Amino acid sequence: MSTTLKNTLLFALVGALILLTGVMQSWNSALLILNMGLISAIMAIGVNLQWGFAGLFNVGVMGFVALGGLAVVLVSEPPVTEAWAAGGMRIVLGLLLGAATVVAAVLVNTRMPAGRLRVAVMIAVLIGGFFLYRGVFDPGVDAVEQVNAAASGFLGGLGLPVLLAWPAGGLLAAGAAWLIGKTALGLRSDYLAIATLGIAEIIIAVMKNEDWLARGVKNVVGLPRPLPFEIDLQNDPGFVERAVSLGIDPVTASTLYVKLGYSVLFLVVLLVLLWMAQMALKSPWGRMMRAIRDNEVAAEAMGKDVTRRHLHVFVLGSAICGIAGAMMTTLDGQLTPGSYQPLRFTFLVWVMVIVGGSGNNLGAVLGGFLIWLLWVQVEPIGLFLMQVMTSGLAEDSALRAHMLDSAAHMRLFTMGLILLLVLRFSPRGLIPEK
Amino acid sequence: MDFLNAIVALSNFVLIPAIAYGSQLALGALGVTLIYGILRFSNFAHGDTMAFGSMVTVLVTWWFQSMGISFGPLPTALLALPFGILGCMALVLITDRAVYRFYREQKAKPVILVIVSMGVMFILNGVVRFIIGPDDQRFADGERFIISARDFKEMTGLSEGLAIKTTQGITVVVAVVAVVLLFWFLNRTRTGKSMRAYSDNEDLALLSGINPERVVMYTWLIVAALATVAGTLYGLDKSFKPFVYFQLLLPIFAAAIVGGLGSPLGAIAGGFVIAFSEVTITYAWKKVLVYLLPDALEPSGLVQLLSTDYKFAVSFVILLIVLLFRPTGLFRGKSV
Repeated sequence: MSTTLKNTLLFALVGALILLTGVMQSWNSALLILNMGLISAIMAIGVNLQWGFAGLFNVGVMGFVALGGLAVVLVSEPPVTEAWAAGGMRIVLGLLLGAATVVAAVLVNTRMPAGRLRVAVMIAVLIGGFFLYRGVFDPGVDAVEQVNAAASGFLGGLGLPVLLAWPAGGLLAAGAAWLIGKTALGLRSDYLAIATLGIAEIIIAVMKNEDWLARGVKNVVGLPRPLPFEIDLQNDPGFVERAVSLGIDPVTASTLYVKLGYSVLFLVVLLVLLWMAQMALKSPWGRMMRAIRDNEVAAEAMGKDVTRRHLHVFVLGSAICGIAGAMMTTLDGQLTPGSYQPLRFTFLVWVMVIVGGSGNNLGAVLGGFLIWLLWVQVEPIGLFLMQVMTSGLAEDSALRAHMLDSAAHMRLFTMGLILLLVLRFSPRGLIPEK
Repeated sequence: MDFLNAIVALSNFVLIPAIAYGSQLALGALGVTLIYGILRFSNFAHGDTMAFGSMVTVLVTWWFQSMGISFGPLPTALLALPFGILGCMALVLITDRAVYRFYREQKAKPVILVIVSMGVMFILNGVVRFIIGPDDQRFADGERFIISARDFKEMTGLSEGLAIKTTQGITVVVAVVAVVLLFWFLNRTRTGKSMRAYSDNEDLALLSGINPERVVMYTWLIVAALATVAGTLYGLDKSFKPFVYFQLLLPIFAAAIVGGLGSPLGAIAGGFVIAFSEVTITYAWKKVLVYLLPDALEPSGLVQLLSTDYKFAVSFVILLIVLLFRPTGLFRGKSV
């Protein structure tokens, strides 16, 4: 069987499974799986760029995804003018002072001769800068958070169209990745993993606690959407007429219409990114990345600047994750920092890449769809299995109730099992690297 | 008097909690560092191994409590601890046999083993939630305090109280016992010496006839014991919640790396460094400063450097500083 045929069959299989969901459960859930599958596939392309092309072990995906979500709020929410008047400038000034402190510390470190004096000056700069920053920053934050605290209490965004937030999410994630890469990329693979794991947690901690930025755990809901609201469609006589003529209930038709609209938007983004990733893989740049991945020492001896190339690919991959994060927040219509969990947003993406085939963009896309489908469907399947297994037990047996309650946790177990089985028996994934 | 009050407040809110937390982190970091030294990979499943061992302990504790067995003023969990350790040992031996051994024989790259441990992490996470559920579980019993704040105030006449929880006392005592046993084992016994030899230089160790599988097995057994003890102590001190153990992974890794991966002494030092910096930086210093400073200088705010939610950030920043300026850690661990 040729590889093209095999790959087509694999994609057709996943497509058929999604269609089966549509027939057996509902078309709404099928489209939901499709939409999240598209987003997952984009995240997987980003991680594949870092791991498959360059061998960078980034387990901070969650952080970049969350930054993409933050970008949606910052770009599309209307600005809260009262808050800006109350303390916006103070916050900006505080942040600038904070940045200036860090820059000053770095300058001291690079410009002064090493010795006791340098350490002393550096500590003085850092401590003085910290208190100065807090002194300016904190009153501003208090002022902003008191402006209509129940409904707003944050600075708002720029009030631009929400689609602009997607590239903005990529840019924000890229910026963060550049900062992180500058400090952490020289480290060994294990250390980089732990460093990125920590940075992702810090990004989430900042988003949860800095209420002036995006309301923290109070969440920002009702974000602008690129598509019409279902309720508006239902009130539109033209739409209702068309739905009835197609023989679909207008309410269902409106939900399907919106979801399909998202699918089209996401598909366009996915195809563009996939095309770019494929081009990158085939280009001399892609060959260089793989050469570095396979033998860093040899590549360095050939005059390749390994750290700089790693920084490039780290920033690019993270940017793609940021775009996917912005798309996901747009789809959800709300930013909920409390819902970001590393198992779901970092390690699951890793399972997608490894199962799909690291080093192969098509594999990553396939893995994104397949694993997302499983992640959603394992729960009902697990519940069904539990019901079958416990059907012999009495209705009111405690064991039975416990087993049925616990079926929801089957998905973590299944994901781990799939990852281990693929690593053991087909370590190159479903669609291996050529 | 004010000075004494300041010291008491400091011990009550900073020193004692940090010592207890530091002991728990140190035990966890010892496990990570041993795996790194012998099996040569960073074990992402360590937090969930801790959760599994503690879960067994919790279940046995409940069973004991239901049968009316108690340990007097001490928590019943201490009686159940050996069973938890045995359960955890069985678990790690099974995972080693079923999962890790294959890659060891293949001489797979460390990063592959890290990814494999991610898979194990998922599975353990699922198993623990499946058995005991994702919620908070309480299993501490016995006396709550060695000294309660009120008793202390009556005893000394100071206006600040000093409370020492039983669990904090037990944590320190158990941690000291565990560490002494571990160092005795590593330095005095034949198996311990062969473990250290294997960690220092694998090829030389093999040439001198050390059986690698045996070394690996003993390592896993010790790691299981350490992980269960650390997890149970943490659960007694705070509460048992599976997700929290996953989150402990970060400070534990930070502790192991700050001390120097592969160095047991470093892991202990790292645990305390991380714990003390987390607690001191997120503590609101107002109370202590009010006693120490003259009235005119009394601080108006809480004098909290960072809010408690940023404690991960603290351990992480320390980790980054150490990695940038002294990549092998404080105690010269290894870098592969």
